[in-house]
Amino acid sequence: MLTQSILFVVLVVGGTALASWPLGRYMQWAMDPADLPSGISGWKTRAFAAIGGPLAASSQNWTRYMSAMLAFNLVMFAVCAAILALQQHLPLNPDGRPALEASLIFNTAASFTSNTNLQHYSGEVSLSYLSQLGALMWLQFVSAATGIAALAALARGLAGRPLGNFFLDIQRACFLVLLPAALVLAVLLVIGGVPMTFEGAAIATTLEGVQQTIARGPVAAFVSIKQLGTNGGGFFGPNSTHPLENPGFWTNIIEMVAIILIPMACVWMFARIIGRLRHGGVIFAVMLAFLLVKIAGSVYFEAAPTRAFAGLPIDQTLGNLEGKEMRFGPAGGPLWSVLTTSTSNGSVGAMHDSLNPMTGLMPMVGMWLNATFGGVGVGMINMFLYIVVGVFIAGMMIGRTPEYLGWRVEAREVKLALLALLAHGLFVLGGTAIFAATPWGADTLNNTGPHGFSEILYEFTSASANNGSGFEGLGDNTMPWNIATGIVMLLARFIPILLPLAIVGSLSGKRRSAESNGTLSVEGGVFGTMLAATIVVVGALTFFPAATLGPIAEHVTTMN
Amino acid sequence: MSRSPSASIFDARILAPAIAGAFRKLDPRTLAKNPVMFVVAVVSVLTTVLFVRDLVTGAGDLGFSFQINLWLWFTVLFANFAEAVAEGRGKAQAESLRRSRSETQARLINADGEGTRLVAGASLKVGDLVLVEAGEIIPSDGEIVEGVASVNEAAITGESAPVIRESGGDRSAVTGGTQVLSDWIRVRITAAAGSTFIDRMVALVEGAERQKTPNEIALNVLLAGLTLIFVLATATIPAFAAYAGGSIPVIVLVALFVTLIPTTIGALLSAIGIAGMDRLVRFNVLAMSGRAVEAAGDIDTLLLDKTGTITLGNRQASDFRPVKGVTERDLADAAQLASLADETPEGRSIVVLAKEKYGIRGRDMAGLNATFVPFTAQSRMSGVDLDGSSIRKGAVDAVLRHIERTSAANGSAAGTAESRRELEAIATDISKAGGTPLAVVRDGRLLGVLHLKDIVKGGIRERFVELRRMGIRTVMITGDNPMTAAAIAAEAGVDDFLAEATPEDKLKLIRDEQAKGKLVAMCGDGTNDAPALAQADVGVAMNTGTMAAREAGNMVDLDSDPTKLIEIVEIGKQLLMTRGALTTFSIANDVAKYFAIVPAMFIAVYPQLDALNVMGLSTPESAILSAIIFNALIIVALIPLSLKGVAYKAIGADRLLQRNLLVYGLGGLIVPFIGIKAIDMIVTAIGLV
Amino acid sequence: MQSLLASIRIAAMTMLICVAGYATAVWAVAQAAFPDGANGSLVTGRGGAIVGSRQIAQAFTQPGSFWPRPSAVDYNGAAAGGSNKSPTSPDIAARGREMVERYGATPQFLLPADLAAASGAGLDPHISEAGALYQTARVAQARGLDPARVEALVRTTAFSPGGYLTPDRIVNVLELNLALEML
Repeated sequence: MLTQSILFVVLVVGGTALASWPLGRYMQWAMDPADLPSGISGWKTRAFAAIGGPLAASSQNWTRYMSAMLAFNLVMFAVCAAILALQQHLPLNPDGRPALEASLIFNTAASFTSNTNLQHYSGEVSLSYLSQLGALMWLQFVSAATGIAALAALARGLAGRPLGNFFLDIQRACFLVLLPAALVLAVLLVIGGVPMTFEGAAIATTLEGVQQTIARGPVAAFVSIKQLGTNGGGFFGPNSTHPLENPGFWTNIIEMVAIILIPMACVWMFARIIGRLRHGGVIFAVMLAFLLVKIAGSVYFEAAPTRAFAGLPIDQTLGNLEGKEMRFGPAGGPLWSVLTTSTSNGSVGAMHDSLNPMTGLMPMVGMWLNATFGGVGVGMINMFLYIVVGVFIAGMMIGRTPEYLGWRVEAREVKLALLALLAHGLFVLGGTAIFAATPWGADTLNNTGPHGFSEILYEFTSASANNGSGFEGLGDNTMPWNIATGIVMLLARFIPILLPLAIVGSLSGKRRSAESNGTLSVEGGVFGTMLAATIVVVGALTFFPAATLGPIAEHVTTMN
Repeated sequence: MSRSPSASIFDARILAPAIAGAFRKLDPRTLAKNPVMFVVAVVSVLTTVLFVRDLVTGAGDLGFSFQINLWLWFTVLFANFAEAVAEGRGKAQAESLRRSRSETQARLINADGEGTRLVAGASLKVGDLVLVEAGEIIPSDGEIVEGVASVNEAAITGESAPVIRESGGDRSAVTGGTQVLSDWIRVRITAAAGSTFIDRMVALVEGAERQKTPNEIALNVLLAGLTLIFVLATATIPAFAAYAGGSIPVIVLVALFVTLIPTTIGALLSAIGIAGMDRLVRFNVLAMSGRAVEAAGDIDTLLLDKTGTITLGNRQASDFRPVKGVTERDLADAAQLASLADETPEGRSIVVLAKEKYGIRGRDMAGLNATFVPFTAQSRMSGVDLDGSSIRKGAVDAVLRHIERTSAANGSAAGTAESRRELEAIATDISKAGGTPLAVVRDGRLLGVLHLKDIVKGGIRERFVELRRMGIRTVMITGDNPMTAAAIAAEAGVDDFLAEATPEDKLKLIRDEQAKGKLVAMCGDGTNDAPALAQADVGVAMNTGTMAAREAGNMVDLDSDPTKLIEIVEIGKQLLMTRGALTTFSIANDVAKYFAIVPAMFIAVYPQLDALNVMGLSTPESAILSAIIFNALIIVALIPLSLKGVAYKAIGADRLLQRNLLVYGLGGLIVPFIGIKAIDMIVTAIGLV
Repeated sequence: MQSLLASIRIAAMTMLICVAGYATAVWAVAQAAFPDGANGSLVTGRGGAIVGSRQIAQAFTQPGSFWPRPSAVDYNGAAAGGSNKSPTSPDIAARGREMVERYGATPQFLLPADLAAASGAGLDPHISEAGALYQTARVAQARGLDPARVEALVRTTAFSPGGYLTPDRIVNVLELNLALEML
């Protein structure tokens, strides 16, 4: 059992890590073409510039890049909200889905614009196929592309070059990176048995003569980009635990690979653009180390049986099976739970609410850090924030004014980085505090005691990490939840993109210094250790009291 | 170089005022300069008010609350104390400086240039001319416009040997507060009262005008940011606890908050800064700003003058190389004769070598009826004229030109072409070996070449190896030709050299290095060094230098010892390292503090959380009290380290980080576990809670 | 304002290519090459009527059928979901007791946990091989079949979903019950 579990993890994580290397190379080629737009090979850039219009012609500074991004995201939000609000009047609605409530529309549009895909609705219950594809799946492409574009700009800035043009980058990410990958994955999923139809639900008469409505739809296309773009919003309510989103063991593996593939490749893309592959290697290793620790914890704690069955004549050798699917094997659920939260994906392959208490802590840790691969593009950007803080402390320890890649890290950079990290803490802890102490939260719980607290904590964590998974028992389709998490998702999306770009903007105004034997090396194990320590102390420890009252309290009060 | 002895940290003369200072610094205006300690003071006031309220109503655990309050205030006081101790040490040093500057009288030269009148030193303005005679104190910083004098500069350098100051040239600057020992000088005042060198020094060492450096500001931002993060972490706890049906006393929240925020580094930050500046001053280097000290730590390229820094100031004769047909002895004999009256160190070394090698003794110049021909910039030769015979020694090209001239004048053969070629070959040979060739000619006949050797200072090679390990590139600046320079550069082990350097070359080199993203340090003394000193990121002017040089640089070395650049770099690095190390230590401490306080805090709600009490602290109260006591005491325990500075070792950045991460990171993780446990045992044993 | 215009142009283009083009392409491939899976892996009965989907659990309550895992949504294929209860929850314990009673489990005859624990979507079409074998006696008795035949059927229907990686074999309940009809 143990051997198989380890092999399984190695296959998924190791295999993806290997595949991320060539993909990172490809992404650098796609996102940061060396060719001049005038040459034969520059036709892509010319085409994208033609689509984008006059503003796509020249390089942007960080404020222009950012305002272009915000303008585009505003359009994303508006289009999505409009389709959702008008779905009952629009085509592709074979099952006649009615209008949605206003705060749910706000929450859903915010959720998909911010690449979060927190779902306070249930897809097969509430949405037309047009809403699913035209609003949500479209955002799954363009919101993911927004993240990749932002990372490309950040990397260019750190390389000492102009940031580039958002209107070009977004198209590169959409058309050259996400679209081909999504096509390949969607076909693989179709082969694995995932439906792809525009027909309405099938009505079956079961062997026992009961009517069963089987919801289906254009699932394969949707699931493919949901996984690749760290979106995570499922076609169906229970996401990838649903047999039609994830019919078998091998589709499960493919979908897990798809979760971490582009986030991993983003590290290499970043490293290639800044021209520092060894540095990328160190970052990759640190991220991987955190990922593996969380996976080990998760698989270990989930091997413990369902506590509630203790004393009953039930054979629990397979571990805690509540909320899990038999076809994924014993490690499938816990492994997925870590992958999906280490990246900001948020799709689920087992119900997180029903994970054992300490297993449930692992996804939360993943989202608190939000940088151990993280969302497409933005995970590496979040890691950049930790790097700034880590470099600052490490730089002093070697007796030099701290520098990162030759850029001096001074008061302004430290301030911006800390603000971004602080914002995440504020959204998670502040939101949880308000909802835990008021009926807004307390009245919506599906569980009592520490586990109920965990549900609130998880929801805000997920919103702020732009993750989108949930302790789904929470009755979160209420006005306060919709509005609060909607606001959190939007702020938590744009603050950690805006501030790092501002840092790069500030750095690019400085004299870049040369690196030597006396400057901080960002390429070795020592720096890796320093970075990991910074992540733990600055990123994770803040949440220790909350974790103590949630998963840890549940564990010590019930599991012994 | 002379180091002033450093006052012991716990010297009673410093301790007593420092304790008083710790209380005086409770002034909110003073506290506000330090965000972390200000926050601690604010919450301490809050808990004190709450304590007084409880005292009146009789509610709560008064004994526990009192003790927490007490230690909160101790935390603030310890921080103030650390700063006061650092300042006290500086003050002690400033005191001795100030004594030298007791009210001086100045003899102001009247506007017509005739006659003087006595005025108070403090009333002098920039541009005034004063006369200073033997025994008098120079009233203010200035430049000698006329005269030569020996000056005792012990007041600023601590060196009692007098130095010569003269008008014109590179030794014309004088410093207010120093004493003229002999002769007289006219001085044009260049600094108004209150802004002289010594005034600035006093201000610097006292820390009175200490401005926060860019790195210090950035660190303060980091600490303020961390403080905010922990505000968030603690302020949300009551709501969490309310959900769980518990309530957390304010005093416990405050205790958690204060232990989590980086009080250790916050408390010691200004002490570290003051002590860093102090170390530099003790080292007889005066930095114009704290920024300059930090910049020193960032240096990538060090420009060092060859003469005086890398080599001993004087070249020495090491070999006689005659041309064919001339014996070594003849050459030595002629050279010795030409040098007998030459008082330059080089000339003397020739006499010494001739005696050592061939036993040629000193001769009576007068008896030989010899007249000495001194060196002139024009002839670039010196020598001696005996009865009907003349001997010249000098640079090879100068000597050759001399032969041509004399032969053209008296019609004799201008030396054989063969001997000229041979001479040039020998000269090239010597140059390649890093020596300076000195040709000797007697009556128009080439005798040979003297090998003058630059003596590389002992131990300098090792210093350069060390610098390389620090990641610093050394560039030797010399007026020598490239061949000679290359040989000396190789012998000394510098990374690069700039030969036949003019001041413009120097400036260009600095600009080029900076364009490559390097920070450059150099030292200089002459007026023509001023542009380069100003351009360099760290420019160390020699105290013997001109006022222009001193104004252009951002540091002044009172000992005028160029090798000190290396130590200056180390002091700069040490300053930053100490801050970094204590920051790391402070933050790493948090892990243990969480494990001490968080279980204690929530144990009333979920008793099973005792499983998190990994240290096995005896009661929740003792756990919280121990953490806060540890948090306060660690400040005191680290005062010596913050004053002394973390030891710098030239082992390369990566290994340095590894070492400091191990000592201060891992140490910071482990020490509080042990410390808090120990304090808990004591607290429990003596029944404090 | 110009930014908004550029954004709208790009939005339209991405909508066209990444939504319309992409979905159509995937749909065309799926319907052409994999029509069964693409339409929901539907199973038709003898009369050609749809009896369910191979991938979606349906309720079986008769003693003569193999029973699937409990479902928190009562096998509603149009609104799937899990219990979302903590594994420490008393509600889960209550369901555990209910299942123990339903299957008549005893300490000597332990109930495989998958028959007591609800799946994530409430539609898990599989149970463990052990869970199926656990039911053979009841099924055989109700149908008047030789238990050994039923057991053999279970063993031939069971499979390892991930080969070597998943040593615990599982059985598709609908397929098992359909095969049972054939016996």
